[in-house]
Amino acid sequence: MNKITEKVALSENVVKMVLEAPAIARKRKAGQFVVLIANEKGERIPLTIVDSDPKKGTITVIFQIVGKTTAVMAKMKVGDSIRDVQGPLGNPTDVHKVGQVVCIGGGVGVGVVYPLAAALKQAGNQVISIIGARTKELLILEEEMKQVSDRLIVTTDDGSYGFHGFVSTVLQNLIDQGEKIAEVFAIGPVPMMKVIANLTRPYGIKTVVSLNPIMVDATGMCGACRVSVDGKTKFTCVDGPEFDGHQVDFDLLTSRLRMYCDQESIAYEKHRCGWNGN
Amino acid sequence: METEIKKEKKEKIPRQKMPEQNPGVRITNFEEVPLGYSAETAILEAKRCIQCKKPGCIAGCPVEVRIPEFIQAIADGNFIEAAHILKETNSLPAVCGRVCPQEEQCEQVCILGKKGDPVAVGRLERFAADYERATGEISLPEPSAPNGKKIAVVGAGPSGLTIAGDLVKLGYEVTVFEGLHKAGGVLVYGIPEFRLPKAIVEAEVDYLQKLGVKIETNAVIGRIATIDELFAEGYDAVYIAVGAGAPVFMDIPGENLMGIYSANEYLTRSNLMKAYLFPEYDTPIIRGQNVAVIGGGNVAMDSVRTALRLGADNAYIVYRRTEVEMPARKEEVHHAQEEGVQFKLLTNPVEYISDGSGWVKGMKCIRMELGEPDASGRRSPVPIKDSEFVIDVDTVVVAVGTMANPIVPATTPGLETNRRGYIITKGESGETTRQGVYAGGDIVTGAATVILAMGAGKKAARAIHAYLSGE
Repeated sequence: MNKITEKVALSENVVKMVLEAPAIARKRKAGQFVVLIANEKGERIPLTIVDSDPKKGTITVIFQIVGKTTAVMAKMKVGDSIRDVQGPLGNPTDVHKVGQVVCIGGGVGVGVVYPLAAALKQAGNQVISIIGARTKELLILEEEMKQVSDRLIVTTDDGSYGFHGFVSTVLQNLIDQGEKIAEVFAIGPVPMMKVIANLTRPYGIKTVVSLNPIMVDATGMCGACRVSVDGKTKFTCVDGPEFDGHQVDFDLLTSRLRMYCDQESIAYEKHRCGWNGN
Repeated sequence: METEIKKEKKEKIPRQKMPEQNPGVRITNFEEVPLGYSAETAILEAKRCIQCKKPGCIAGCPVEVRIPEFIQAIADGNFIEAAHILKETNSLPAVCGRVCPQEEQCEQVCILGKKGDPVAVGRLERFAADYERATGEISLPEPSAPNGKKIAVVGAGPSGLTIAGDLVKLGYEVTVFEGLHKAGGVLVYGIPEFRLPKAIVEAEVDYLQKLGVKIETNAVIGRIATIDELFAEGYDAVYIAVGAGAPVFMDIPGENLMGIYSANEYLTRSNLMKAYLFPEYDTPIIRGQNVAVIGGGNVAMDSVRTALRLGADNAYIVYRRTEVEMPARKEEVHHAQEEGVQFKLLTNPVEYISDGSGWVKGMKCIRMELGEPDASGRRSPVPIKDSEFVIDVDTVVVAVGTMANPIVPATTPGLETNRRGYIITKGESGETTRQGVYAGGDIVTGAATVILAMGAGKKAARAIHAYLSGE
């Protein structure tokens, strides 16, 4: 049982939760995730570890309410407990000093890119961050991102805040302006990651994406999270979650994310099928 | 003269059948198929045992259950005593009574089997263990004085649970680290409820905890702590029993289409996550109408019988050899046939066909014939040229085997593995290339049976005890 020590609504559908998980807090590295089970009948939900505090023994996760289990979790209060927290899982981000990097986060993906930006900054890189949302109210972690970035550019699709347009347009502008970019880290809805990967490919800029397929055990046992990378089948939970964006088959990922749409509407999980969108 | 008459009487008792749920009924539920012996039937069956002076059955059992003794106790009506005799050597008798391949072990060497049917050892084991559990009078053996030594067991499957039970009884402080949220390993994620009710596994795990075994769930060793870190935390020896829990796919076109599962995923969703009770439980599963399960082992039989219970109109076993070569237990094949599973033998899939929106709608197969014997001694299947045909399917379960899970070997320097990723051990002790590190079960042998994994745990327990007590 892992007690909820803090809970904040970051936007209408996005919740930040701080959980007691001392062993995970000590051990986790940027890029890793946990699997949560809210209660006895709950699903296994993989979530990136956004932050941790080894002294307090806590980890931070951010999730979007997309289905029955996440809706149940969103209703839980400080002092309640999440039944199971398994982790840290997946491979940590390959963090080293490469020069100037661009960290791109879209929607709840900002929560996933935040620990990477922090680690990359810590390792001595120049960090330019681009974070985006559909509209101002859905933007998350702006202040946190500012603190770990040398430069932060905010975009909204509807122009209600920051740059009016997509994160990809901003990245294109940076490239056009001649910014030296050693690596791009792009995390967000699948269409966004696909656009960014296609954008950087002709320039040969290494582009790392973090994938969010459906998972079950998350220890390499079931193969639910299989993705195609460079034409080979990989398991996101043990081979990832980060992959070379230029080699990922995003269309297959998009397709496989839809596998349980019918079942989820049965469980009144109408939102779930939008979970790869922001 | 008198003994002769007695003997004659014994031979006249036929092997007692165990009642089962009717096939037409049982495919509509997930309840257990065989219903167990009544006390009367159990006594009758137990009386068939001729109590050999030199019994072969004990040596036929990987965990050396004192078979004639527990059977005699049943024959005498001392059912609780029978359970106690079982538990002295076997921590999981209610499990073994259900899933062991007795026909290849104790029952294969039973002297009665030479002329007729062997004693139904498995059914009697199940009866005694179930009887004890039903009475609620689970007695614990006298605890040993703590010897101050700590053992870490990695994986709470049959092998890990067995060694934990054996070592805790010797006074060790034993902690089992389990990656998933429930203890039991393949007993909870793999074997379906209709073959092994989860309440039974829970009761056996409870028993071990009462003996003093500590179980830490959600702890993936290699991630939360490495083997080296366990030693640094003060463990004196480590036993690795993480299973062969990585799925094998066939690497044929279309295998990542929606509707295609590994058996591990299909069974984990249904068993561990209780997807068969969706939407009461949150985890979904595709309830296919035309389901093909690829493979001929016990896991394939479990998958195809699960598909039937999830409402499939057509449930197929697609296997590249014939029924003779099938690795599944005869009993499982028989149950599947009774339930209406359609066997497509000498058939192998070569490609999956998409419906145009990412779902599987068909499976192109090729017909096979048997050629020369291969390394396994079985005649190897050879494709027949130009014999391709398509089976309409909306769900496919790939049950062609498993391979080693790489997490522990990859994070343990000096722990040597073979070409296929399985941990190398010295003989039966389970000793690895790292001092104080032992391994057993499927991570050493590759996918095998519950009882062989338990046997490995038992032998490693002896080896670890010898190592730590300097004997």
